[in-house]
Parts: sequence; structure tokens; C-alpha cells
Amino acid sequence: MQIRIKIFGQLTDIIHNTELTLSGMTDTDSVLNELNGRYPALVNAKYIVAVDKQAISGNTILKEGSAVALLPPFSGG
Amino acid sequence: MKTNISYERYQRQVILKGFGEAGQQKLLQAKVLVIGAGGLGCPALQYLAAAGVGTIGIVDDDVISLSNLHRQVLYATDDIGYSKVEVAVSKLWRLNPEVRINPYKIRLENSNALGILKQYDWVIDGTDNFASRYMINDACFLLNKPLIYGAVSQYEGQVTIFNPHPLKGNERGVNYRDLFPTPPKDGEVLNCAEAGVLGVLPGIIGTMQAAEAIKLITGIGTPLINKLLTYNVLTNEIYEVDLTASASGKELLPKTEAAFLAMSYKDECRAKQSSVVEIDAEEFNKLRKKTSSVVIDVREKGELPLITNFDHQQIPMSVFKESVLNIKADTIILFCQHGVRSLHAAKMVHDVFGTSKEVYSLKGGVVKWGDKLGVRILNHRDREHTE
Repeated sequence: MQIRIKIFGQLTDIIHNTELTLSGMTDTDSVLNELNGRYPALVNAKYIVAVDKQAISGNTILKEGSAVALLPPFSGG
Repeated sequence: MKTNISYERYQRQVILKGFGEAGQQKLLQAKVLVIGAGGLGCPALQYLAAAGVGTIGIVDDDVISLSNLHRQVLYATDDIGYSKVEVAVSKLWRLNPEVRINPYKIRLENSNALGILKQYDWVIDGTDNFASRYMINDACFLLNKPLIYGAVSQYEGQVTIFNPHPLKGNERGVNYRDLFPTPPKDGEVLNCAEAGVLGVLPGIIGTMQAAEAIKLITGIGTPLINKLLTYNVLTNEIYEVDLTASASGKELLPKTEAAFLAMSYKDECRAKQSSVVEIDAEEFNKLRKKTSSVVIDVREKGELPLITNFDHQQIPMSVFKESVLNIKADTIILFCQHGVRSLHAAKMVHDVFGTSKEVYSLKGGVVKWGDKLGVRILNHRDREHTE
């Protein structure tokens, strides 16, 4: 199962990309575990997770073609 | 109460279907507070004043500096050094003398926030730090004021509306703590001064905040209620995410004015224990003698002064990120000219190695190191003295 990951703001400095595709992921916890393993600096980063443009607060089941977005807070004005 | 004025100034929007004289009257009677007269505040203020928002408050305690001008387009080069609020008032008054502008040349604090916010119906957040953003969020929640939030970072911006009302049916408004219950610590998320921002971006985001305010006030269109919009100026991509209220966010909100006054927003943002330590000249000299340590100059090749006073490696910032993994020493001491770049580099090292390595940054850089210890290093000033 292919899952698209969209990365926003300064998280792109950690992941070095604005978009990634992961396969074999069934839920958001498995996506975040995989990303934390690949990018250790992500563990301490703050961000909201959205699945198919809906912000989530707990583990969420994904379906084929789901997009998971990681959106960090911005402070600049 | 109907305000009696000529509609010629507003004719192009009054003729809009759905806007009309009624929409203009709503704007003229509206009271909007803009907090921060910077990159976001400038365009928001200009469009709100031009559109005929009857009462506009501006809060900012800062003065205009040269590095503001690439994005804070309300100000001119000969305004440098003057108060942002005072210059903004005089320019906005020339733009539209029919609107009332209330200047607040102060920094918004818990002690003055509620008194000012109570005089307005809508609030626009154009500040540049998390302590202010959380304080404004909590104050707006407490006073049930719709807050039009905007923020920028590098090439991306966010806009949304917190505490919107009226809400439809069983809709519940969200606030900033529903997204991020607690603020990031200082240094965790870089601001514009550290991370940079394309000048036109806050122009776009601040203008969107003004547009959302006008939509809310006049009741037209679909405002960004419970939706976080992210805009990327490089790709023109707009990404909207639906937000929902969270229980944990609500718990952290102050529920009474007394609780709000007791909040310590700066402390909430203060980093508990950073593993990146800034050291002065004496500590620097002590640490660099440790056998397990390496001293690294992160300035670009060719930058003066050349350092011959102690052993060190050179890893310029331009290639630092990709070189971090090659650093083998357990104690890493970084320096640059003034200590700004080396602090960034130290954070990069910390991001990669976490607490497995000790990372230090020389505060004030080699310039201060030389001054403090009276060590003679060949620098620009030496050359000026001899010329």
C-alpha cells in the first residue's frame, strides 16, 4: 500500500524533501515510527498530523493512496 | 447606527453583489486590533484602512530598522529609527482619514492585553514569536474574540481563524492550543531573523488575514473556520487541513482573567535544558585543550581574520550539514565571526547526535574572543587603524 507523505515548513530541513512515498504502512503510527527511524531529529519536532486533509490526534488507519501531512508551527511575522 | 459618509471611496466594493452598502456599514462600524505592525501587520493594516474598517488598533513597541524594509512595505528608508506604530498611524491616516486609528506603542503583556482586546471585536495576530502568539490565543479565547491568525516561515505561510463565531449548529471553534497544546521551546522553531523569509510572503499572508477579517465582518464567502491554510510561494500550492477541537488543548487554557494574568508565556517557551551550550572566551580556551575535543571554524573559506592562535578544522556553513556525520570527536567546539552561525551549526550537530556529543558554540565569535583576551588577531579594524 502506497502512502504519500507531505512535509511542511522547517520539517523539510530534517527530511530534506517536501514529499515522500512509503509502502507497507497500514496506519499513522507505523508511518511516524518509520520516519522517526529514518530521521532521528524528527522525534523532538513539533507538528500536527493530517490524514487526507483532516487533522488527527490518535493513531489512524490508512487506505491506499492516503496522504499524510506533517505540519509544524510557524512563528514568523 | 448608520455612519454617514460618501461611498465614492468604497464604490468598487459597494457595487459588489453580496457586499453592498450594508457590507460597507458593517466595516465602518467594526473595530479590529492588529497586534504587530511588521511583515504581516503592514499589509493587513493597509487593506483594512483602505477598505474602511472604522476603528483600527495597532500594537507594537518596536522601531523600524533597515532589515524590516524588504517586507514591511508601509515604511520607507527615511523612517528607520522611528516608532512603527507612529509611522503606521501617520501613513494610514493619509491613506484614509475617515477611519479611526488607535496607536499602542507598547509590548503586549498579560497585564495590558485584556484591557486592550476588550475594546475590539476582531483580532489579527501579526506577531513574530510563540510567547506572544499563545498569550493572544488565550486572551481571545477568554474574551471570545475571533482571532485571525497568520504566520510565515521561509517560503511558507499559515492562515486560520481561531474562536470564530457565530458557529453553525454544533460546530465548535478551535484555538491554537487545539493544534499545538504547548508552545515550542525557544530555538526549536526558527523565526524570520534566523530562518529567513521571502519578503513578498508576509505580504500575501497578511493580505489574506485582512481578507478573512473583511469576510468575517461582512458575513460574505467562506472564511477559514476550523481550517488551516498553508501556502507555499515557491510552488503556489495551497493546502487546507480541517481542524478539530481537542480535549488536551482546552485543559491548558486559562479559564478566568486571574488565571490568564498568572500565566507565564515566556517561561512556557523557555528551553529547559539545551544541549547546545554557548561559552565565553575563557571557557573556550579551557575546553579546546581537552584531548577529546575538536575546534571547528564554520566560516566560509577566505573570511578574515585568519586564526593561527590555536589548532582547528574548517567546515564552512555552506557544506556543514552534509559534513556533520564526519565529525568524530565527542566534544565539539564551534566558532565563527560573531557566534551566530556557530550556534546554528551547534544545533545541527545536536539534531544529528543528540546528547551523545557535547556541543559548544563560542559566544560573540572570534571577534569577542580576541577583544576579551587581548589577543591580537588580524581583523578589519586593525587595517582601518593602520590606514
